[in-house]
Amino acid sequence: MELLLEGFQSALTPTNLLFAVIGVLLGTSVGVLPGIGPAMTVAMLLPVTYSVGVDSAIIMFAGIYYGGMYGGSTTSILLNTPGESSSVVTAIEGNKMAKRGRAAQALATAAIGSFVAGTIGTALLALLAPTVADVVVKLGAPSYFAIMLLALFMVTAVLGASKLRGFISLFLGLTIAIVGTATGQARLTFGQPLLADGIDVVVVAVAIFAIGEALWVAAHLRRKPLEVIPVGRPWMSKADWGRSWKPWLRGTALGYPLGAVPAGGAETPTFLSYITERKLSKHPEEFGKGAIEGVAGPEAANNASAAGTLTALLAIGLPTTATAAVMLLALRGYGLQPGPQLFDAEPELVWTLIASLFVANALLLVINLPMAPIWAKLLQIPRPYLYAGILFFASLGAYSVNFEAFDLGLLLAFGLLGLTMRRFALPVLPLIIGVILGPELEEQVTTALTISQGDVSTLWSEPVAIVVYALMVVLLLLMVLTGLRKPPATAAPTGSEPSDPSEPSDIEKQEVPR
Amino acid sequence: MTTTVPTAVGTPTRVVDKAQYGLAAFLVVVGASVLVDAATLEDGFADQPVQPYAVPYVVGAVLTLLGVLLAVATARGDVPEAEDGEDVDLTGGADWRTVALLVVVFVLNILLIDWLGWAITGALLFAGGAGVLGSRTHVRDLAIGTALSVGTWYGFYSGLGIPIPAGILDGVL
Repeated sequence: MELLLEGFQSALTPTNLLFAVIGVLLGTSVGVLPGIGPAMTVAMLLPVTYSVGVDSAIIMFAGIYYGGMYGGSTTSILLNTPGESSSVVTAIEGNKMAKRGRAAQALATAAIGSFVAGTIGTALLALLAPTVADVVVKLGAPSYFAIMLLALFMVTAVLGASKLRGFISLFLGLTIAIVGTATGQARLTFGQPLLADGIDVVVVAVAIFAIGEALWVAAHLRRKPLEVIPVGRPWMSKADWGRSWKPWLRGTALGYPLGAVPAGGAETPTFLSYITERKLSKHPEEFGKGAIEGVAGPEAANNASAAGTLTALLAIGLPTTATAAVMLLALRGYGLQPGPQLFDAEPELVWTLIASLFVANALLLVINLPMAPIWAKLLQIPRPYLYAGILFFASLGAYSVNFEAFDLGLLLAFGLLGLTMRRFALPVLPLIIGVILGPELEEQVTTALTISQGDVSTLWSEPVAIVVYALMVVLLLLMVLTGLRKPPATAAPTGSEPSDPSEPSDIEKQEVPR
Repeated sequence: MTTTVPTAVGTPTRVVDKAQYGLAAFLVVVGASVLVDAATLEDGFADQPVQPYAVPYVVGAVLTLLGVLLAVATARGDVPEAEDGEDVDLTGGADWRTVALLVVVFVLNILLIDWLGWAITGALLFAGGAGVLGSRTHVRDLAIGTALSVGTWYGFYSGLGIPIPAGILDGVL
């Protein structure tokens, strides 16, 4: 505790406070811009580590990380264009909320939820970092594999109206994930050297969401102007608070531990949080049409996962996300090796960083709540400018990764896929998760089998793995049972989904012919 | 059952959505390509318990199967519910001409960016996109596009320290 107070003292010096503000503003803006993420921003800022003190640099990076987690939600909500893969889920309900004129509430629950989750997560980090190593190292590859399978299964089969379309989308994503030379041999690269490193998830996500959406809208653009929804300062009614605080806490509970677990990252907990809220909600009929729980939970989860990620990074020296990996590089640039020994060797630095996380969190709330109307103005832009702007920034984001025109070609190709998916009602989410988790799945099963020397039974040799598989079986049985209890009304139109918001949502649970 | 029908693009319910056969065929083609590609892979190293072709075989096979299932579902009257949106008007049928023009603008950007550089093609991309989408103030579009592209170029160059290739304007910017 004393150490933490000392940490606050050095975090609150004017210089470090300035770096925290810069970090938060920069992080939020790159979080808002599609294509540029906190990992890339931190990587680009690595040169400042030569001229800036280690504490200032780390504080700024922490601000970028937390800011990026929050900033991604703004575009997810207002434009259906997630700036970050961790905000993909927020786009589902958040954008629907904005379209229903509840952007202010969506932004508020995201901002306050991020603050609550970030603060709780950072407190957990301060409490647990010294001991968390014991918990994390116990999970082996079989458990990770099982958990990832569960995430894929849940998102594909539980979310969405048509399970057939969910699986089509998932396996298209897994196909994209195969591309590259990760296994030592070129797979699906068609001799194209630019595909050797695989296809960047950012390019896929930006293409499917931004380009796909812009093209889809272009095909169906309303020719008469719509009434513009005025969005003021983010606020929430008492009912919104009542519906938000539990998802915040549940999101934090999911985000923090999964952020700390290797391969957990920020995506899985946001997916899981969304599913949890959808299941637990007292307003399940609103899901898919703008339920506030679907924004509150995932947005809390991604900020909590950032704290969890930093716990793993600081306590074990294990980077669990791209951003953490680059921060690890930055620390190494200062000659520091994150890990248990860092707490002994550099206690001041570690506790300054932890204190600065609290500061960054508070800054996010103070800065972004009043600034939200500025982002909200994006919705009032004339539509040709809005969608031309999306094309512009998506192209810039994809191009600035490698300066390859080839990446723009990929962007267009996947954008057309995104258009096709919207035309045929294929859900976007399973594809994105497939791309993100596909390589990890293969890696985990490889790790597990390497350790067991090829013995397949190792996959269910761990208690956590067994529990997860049992959970999957239970879910599957529940799905079959509900499918049997509510058989489709008629044979022919079983595949049709509710096409009108007023329609009861229990139709969504019906099985479609497989 | 759907009572109000703003469903798929010009496709009344209970009518087979023929275009969906195209999607099914696409899935089968992609799945088959994955399988064919997997067949060309060699055995992995001794320390690779999971062969490099294992995952592609599974994914390719399932994708092909899903394509067949979709074709069956389509034949049985499965109709997709196209995604709705604030700016989306599904009642009037799709305007594929606008989409095609946007793709042309985008392809021009891809072809020209190495030569002309982002500062020029970005402006053309924005102005072209806005024009295709119905903006009639072409001069203003071009001005905004130029401001955006030059602004982002300098923002990346001096603000973020990322030198985006200047193309033909090398030395001017």
